[in-house]
Amino acid sequence: MSWWTSPATETQISHGDRFWLYVVAAIIMLLLIIPTLIVIPMSFSDSQYLEFPPEQWSLRWYGEYFDSTKWMRATVTSLQVGFLTLLVATPLGTMAAYALFVSGHRFAKTIFMLLITPMIVPVILIAIGVFYAFGRMGLNNSITGLVLAHTAMATPLVMIVITAALRSYDLNQERVARSLGATRIKAFFTVTLPQIKFSVVTAGLLSFLTSFDEVIIAIFVSGGNNATLTKHMFAALRDYIDPTIAAISTIMVGVSTVLLLATQFIDRRKK
Amino acid sequence: MPISPDIETPMLHGQELQSQKKREEWVLLGLSLPAIFVIALVVILPVGWLFYLSFVDGHGNFSLEHYQKMVEYKSYARVFITTFKVSALTTLICIVLGYPIAYFLAALPSRWSGIFMLAVLLPFWTSLLVRTYAWLVLLQSKGLLNDLAIQIGLWDSPVKLVHNMTGTLIGMAHIMLPFLVLPLYGAMKKIEPDMMQAASNLGASPVRAFFSIYLPLSVSGLVAGALIVFVLCLGFYVTPAVLGGGRVVMVATQITAILEHQFDWGAASALGVVLLLATVLVLYLAGRFFKFDTALFGKR
Amino acid sequence: MNNSTALPISIRGLTKKYGDLNALNSVDLEIKSSEFLTLLGPSGSGKTTLLMAIAGFNRPDAGSIKFGDAEMVLTPPHKRDVGMVFQSYALFPHMTVSENIGFPLKLRGLAAKEVMGRVDEALATVQLSGLGDRAIDQLSGGQRQRVALARAFVFRPRILLMDEPLSALDKKLREHMQIELKQIHRQLGVTTVYVTHDQREALTMSDRIAVINHGELAQVDTPEAIYNRPKDQFVADFIGESTMLSLTRGGDGRLSFGSEIISSSSPNPSVSKWSLVVRPERLHLLEGDVNTSEKQVVFRGHVKEYVFQGETAFALIALDDVTILSVRFGTGAGSRIQLLEPGALVSVGLMREDIILIPQEGQT
Repeated sequence: MSWWTSPATETQISHGDRFWLYVVAAIIMLLLIIPTLIVIPMSFSDSQYLEFPPEQWSLRWYGEYFDSTKWMRATVTSLQVGFLTLLVATPLGTMAAYALFVSGHRFAKTIFMLLITPMIVPVILIAIGVFYAFGRMGLNNSITGLVLAHTAMATPLVMIVITAALRSYDLNQERVARSLGATRIKAFFTVTLPQIKFSVVTAGLLSFLTSFDEVIIAIFVSGGNNATLTKHMFAALRDYIDPTIAAISTIMVGVSTVLLLATQFIDRRKK
Repeated sequence: MPISPDIETPMLHGQELQSQKKREEWVLLGLSLPAIFVIALVVILPVGWLFYLSFVDGHGNFSLEHYQKMVEYKSYARVFITTFKVSALTTLICIVLGYPIAYFLAALPSRWSGIFMLAVLLPFWTSLLVRTYAWLVLLQSKGLLNDLAIQIGLWDSPVKLVHNMTGTLIGMAHIMLPFLVLPLYGAMKKIEPDMMQAASNLGASPVRAFFSIYLPLSVSGLVAGALIVFVLCLGFYVTPAVLGGGRVVMVATQITAILEHQFDWGAASALGVVLLLATVLVLYLAGRFFKFDTALFGKR
Repeated sequence: MNNSTALPISIRGLTKKYGDLNALNSVDLEIKSSEFLTLLGPSGSGKTTLLMAIAGFNRPDAGSIKFGDAEMVLTPPHKRDVGMVFQSYALFPHMTVSENIGFPLKLRGLAAKEVMGRVDEALATVQLSGLGDRAIDQLSGGQRQRVALARAFVFRPRILLMDEPLSALDKKLREHMQIELKQIHRQLGVTTVYVTHDQREALTMSDRIAVINHGELAQVDTPEAIYNRPKDQFVADFIGESTMLSLTRGGDGRLSFGSEIISSSSPNPSVSKWSLVVRPERLHLLEGDVNTSEKQVVFRGHVKEYVFQGETAFALIALDDVTILSVRFGTGAGSRIQLLEPGALVSVGLMREDIILIPQEGQT
């Protein structure tokens, strides 16, 4: 029996019967992947113009990128803000998710809904609202303001990841630890946290990426010396097409790929 | 015989227990205070402020003028229609493209689905600016797509694929597709293979079994995914702004335009409030008709 | 190990409401030092709520819980010194067997060497010597159960609590573990409160059983007393098999079923309606024409159903149009089960000592 005639499902439909599905799925997946990865060959082009495939290869645009103070400063800002967001949003979201999961208070659900609002309110509205409010508080163009805003965007994601982890965790373990003589805090750190640590790491990576990739709030709230990479990229895309962006995009795809593979690896470890 | 409760006995330690319970609850809820503080500062308060701004005129008096303008001016109507059209079409494209791959992924044994899943997850994790940029390059008149089409004889001279509605829809669909596939995949994974076996045992052909069993069981995931896509599209800014080239004006684009050119906070806020209300309305209506086990998730 | 650490538990007026539901309704219960007491009841009866309240995980609305003379109701769980075994075992999967068992000892600041000694001792008690370095997911269900138990008693708690610890095991292992738990209890001498919904398990293991229903204690007694002298219909129904026969009271206070006089006087004159509880195995088959006498009450009826089940044979006997008696007999040569042909008229006898009278529902 060849692969073609062997059953693909429990109802004995063969691979041959559903070959059309494989073809369709493959085409759509290529449509998903190619535009994501095409920036990589483009970035090694020697041409000013965005041609594909490039006629001559070079590292010219990487040179431009690394030599530009503007791009370098923006990269540092983005990394800094991303890292700070990770450091703030992860504990904030974890604490809130844990508290609301364990408490069973009648307000717990309401508070959870409140904390999830950044995912429901259109970002453009948050962006202009923050722009307006930070203007009054003198937080525009500051790292602090940007970290605050990005923390608000990342916290719901952290909460969702941690809540999902707690759902598949037997809270009796914490009870047992307490009956064995551990305080609540001790029980959390010695028994619960070690078991949800992979989810905490995933949540942290997500927080970083949320901030690092965030465009709209950054367009409004960041500026001057503290403009982010995404703000400059957006301006460049709208006004003129600078091939340096291909080099930067390649680096960003690299960052995303590394983070994604890290979470996938963590997922495997969990099982 | 149950021991009858002695009514004369005072409630032993009742008050202490009550106050201890209250204290513990507050300590627990207190853990969520930092998060509440940040989200109040960044989301609740500013959005509330905008809400207020949308109801006052230039002199600080209560007024509905910003909302009146929306009804009276044709340009606003165009923006709303464009927004709705782009969102609906993007959602439709995502459903058509997303269902087959979700189905394909759900049918794979787990060691393979993990690998093919990367095709969905990698775009999902990649900055939407990067992907918008890639489409800008692919779709331009001397871009890969036009070259390819001319080579195989689809059309003779370069066709305008970007800086218009076509480009916007292509880019949006690409960015939104993972948001539809992930919840749909989740719902499909929960369908027991037994169900399909039972259907076929009862005499249903594979096609019949798919339409009468599989499709209805996966519909909750499909609706959840479509809803996320639609709602995200309503407020989308970056992709229409770049790939639309100023020709596809959606609500978000209009809000920034008002702020940039007229610096009219009232008008911008009013538009934002309408956008928020539309989002909430869609979610509310959908919530009334469908039960979701897949919570809204993901990033924008 | 010594049993000087064992403490009596005294519960008074313990009340817990969930909304309108009375999970515990002013429960009073005295548990003796070193006693093995089982809380037995159907699901939702409040037995786990009561156990969790003793452990400190469930804060009651009111009431007192004393360990010895010390009031515990306001004490947080980690200061109660109570060992606890959960239904799910709740073993820590990120720790080895030894680390799990050593966890409470480390929290109490014992030196590493002493921790090791005590862990080994505990492992020996539950017959798992040499498995200390295993990971939890390498253990079988029965082994996990033992580790959970060892972890609960290794720090010599004054009280041991168990919440349906055997329910995840298969029947054979469960029966084996019942005996083993009992032996370990005897060895440790620690006051033990055990929760189960399995009446057979409760009868097998307990010094005393507290039957709980709708958040109230229905009866607290030894297994024999609970089985032989149930106080009300719920207890009679819940423990063991039984048939309830509704009795009529004559003018002189006599209680009778049909024409058979069951009791010459009512046990409590203020209660007017009584039922006779008939345990199926307390009946015996009679041959020929035997009538009710001073020694026994005789019931006559037609065999409706007969099933041979190995060590016993089970039958349903229709006494009249509505009353069906369950009977169960040994299958030995003297048991006369050959009489139990479907449709045959048979007589079964109930010794007067085996008569159980309970007031009918709503008549307390």
